Amino acid sequence: MIAPLRLVANLGRHTLEAVARIGVATRFFLATLLRSGTAFRRFGLTIREIYFAGVLSLIIILVSGLFVGMVLGLQGFETLQTYGSESALGVLVALSLVRELGPVVAALLFASRAGSAITAEIGLMKATEQLAAMEMMAVDPVARVVAPRFWAGVLSMPLLAALFSAMGIFGGYLVGVVLIGVDEGSFWSQMQAQVDFEEDILNGVIKSVVFGVAVTAIALFEGYDAPPTAEGVSRATTRTVVTSSLVILALDFVLTAFMFRGVG
Amino acid sequence: MDNLVEIKNVTFGYGERPILKGINLAARRGQVVAIMGSSGCGKTTLLRLIGGQIKPDSGSVQVAGQNVSELDTDGLYELRRKMGMLFQFGALFTDMSVFDNIAFQMREHTQLPEEIIRDLVLMKLHAVGLRGAADLMPSELSGGMARRVALARSIALEPMLVMYDEPFAGLDPISLGVIGNLIRRLTDTLGLTSIVVTHDVQESLKIVDYVYFVSEGVIEAEGTAEEMRASGLPFVHQFVHGEPDGPVPFHYPARAYAEDLRLAL
Amino acid sequence: MSKAWLDLWVGLFVVAGIGALLFLALKVGNMSSVRMADSYQVSAHFDNIGGLKVRAPVKSAGVVVGRVTGISFDDKTYEAEVVLSLDQRYAFPKDTSASILTSGLLGEQYIGLEAGGDSVKLNNGDRVRLTQSAVVLENLIGQFLFSKAQEGASNETAQ
Repeated sequence: MIAPLRLVANLGRHTLEAVARIGVATRFFLATLLRSGTAFRRFGLTIREIYFAGVLSLIIILVSGLFVGMVLGLQGFETLQTYGSESALGVLVALSLVRELGPVVAALLFASRAGSAITAEIGLMKATEQLAAMEMMAVDPVARVVAPRFWAGVLSMPLLAALFSAMGIFGGYLVGVVLIGVDEGSFWSQMQAQVDFEEDILNGVIKSVVFGVAVTAIALFEGYDAPPTAEGVSRATTRTVVTSSLVILALDFVLTAFMFRGVG
Repeated sequence: MDNLVEIKNVTFGYGERPILKGINLAARRGQVVAIMGSSGCGKTTLLRLIGGQIKPDSGSVQVAGQNVSELDTDGLYELRRKMGMLFQFGALFTDMSVFDNIAFQMREHTQLPEEIIRDLVLMKLHAVGLRGAADLMPSELSGGMARRVALARSIALEPMLVMYDEPFAGLDPISLGVIGNLIRRLTDTLGLTSIVVTHDVQESLKIVDYVYFVSEGVIEAEGTAEEMRASGLPFVHQFVHGEPDGPVPFHYPARAYAEDLRLAL
Repeated sequence: MSKAWLDLWVGLFVVAGIGALLFLALKVGNMSSVRMADSYQVSAHFDNIGGLKVRAPVKSAGVVVGRVTGISFDDKTYEAEVVLSLDQRYAFPKDTSASILTSGLLGEQYIGLEAGGDSVKLNNGDRVRLTQSAVVLENLIGQFLFSKAQEGASNETAQ
């Protein structure tokens, strides 16, 4: 075959493979949802995974939230000062965090902290035949291993995002009010007047739930689908972080377009 | 004595590549049956067929009178509760202690109170001589100990059939003897049927009742351990005595050597 | 790690997370101030609403008493129709006037209600008759320049 044709053929093959993989991933995701009974009936299994996905991600989430908020406070003050409206600093910090940075950055951190760990763990369980052993013991690994991790991720993500935002607002408060000396009253009151519960906070929570579903599902699928070798698991772990980061950002755009369209 | 496992005329292949080409095999109740053959000849595939993890392309696999490939998921899981399997490297759950590994199936499949589970687990561990290691994590065990824990786990629910995938691989001579003895002893005392897949001829010939030699997807020879040792078949002779060349060639099929090296003829 | 510790940590995590959500809802957001459930709607027509937006606050005497919930254009009168949701707790006389004001020079626009003296109160679906449109900065500057120019002209004639 001549070279340009081969290129086109390669493109076609890769496209077909990608589509097939998305199909397999979708079926895996549906199977996880359908076999989630155990994750709720024996909630202890899910609690254990919340510890690994949620509690162990706390430190990175809280520290990053604080710093992001402090930077927002500094940068926001510099910009707002030009227009003489420093009192809007609270609004700026709160809106950026609650609408965008909270859900998105928390989800990115969650993908690299918890998502990669989930992929590596499931991949290794597969490589060392632990999943096959479970199947041979008449225990469904999707119900016993995958589903509890999935729900743990979905439940942890909005809590982590809320903690990130709260911590960030505190950071903005520290820099803006305590350090620079913006009026404390207008910092909070303007924030309260402008941040809407449904429009901003609830939408932010919805975003973080969607991101939680996406990141955890990707991490679980990559682990379950990883070739049972050291190289396969390490590549799957990398892919989890890359794919979920891209998916988070793309989903964020779509969700933002739907949620905040025509408002403001 | 009747057969617990019967494999009739089974063929199987991954994609285009045939692995098994018409295998007939049976395991009698209460016996230790070995399936031997060189690496990659489809031995492990046979175990996965018996466990119902894969379905044969043709032929039938029967366990306790049930056709495995015709069972639905529930029926298959029901059957698997009566099977134990020892995986090649133990496949212990690395996030649980030795105790929890063995208690795993009891907790999943029975409503037994925790005190009884505790007693049962310690009994199983005692049978493999590792009662003292109950609180260790799998990462703290040596290869031989891990294999023994996995063995205890595979008999946790008193199965009727236990399958062993390369139980001797990568063990030192002492552990090798320990595992071999355990397989024989547990089979006799618990009334199990054991199917051992291995390429370790010397160790397994000591403990087995019946042997199948598999090569290139077909049964080359079968018989009792004694018959195999005395066998005049070239393949069996090569295998039992570990000769480098013979019916199983040293060289992977290739073009003529001289041609490959591009020597002028 | 023992199961009790694990449960405790997860419990603390969930409590902290829900605490953060409550903090966002009550302290950062406005869920505590106006609840749309117990409110009544009145409408008001304006010649020009300037930069008024949906969800802008409605204030009376500087206190937030409601929010703008709808803005539309009436092609019969060529006016803007603004729907206000007012807190059920506050009643206003029928001759209350509404004006569009700006907080600060460049701040957001809001609606200010000035209570009248009528004994009949505004009810759900009523219309506020007296309205004052937004001050459009360009018009204001235009008027200012115009009056300055006139001033200059009259000064010249005086001389």
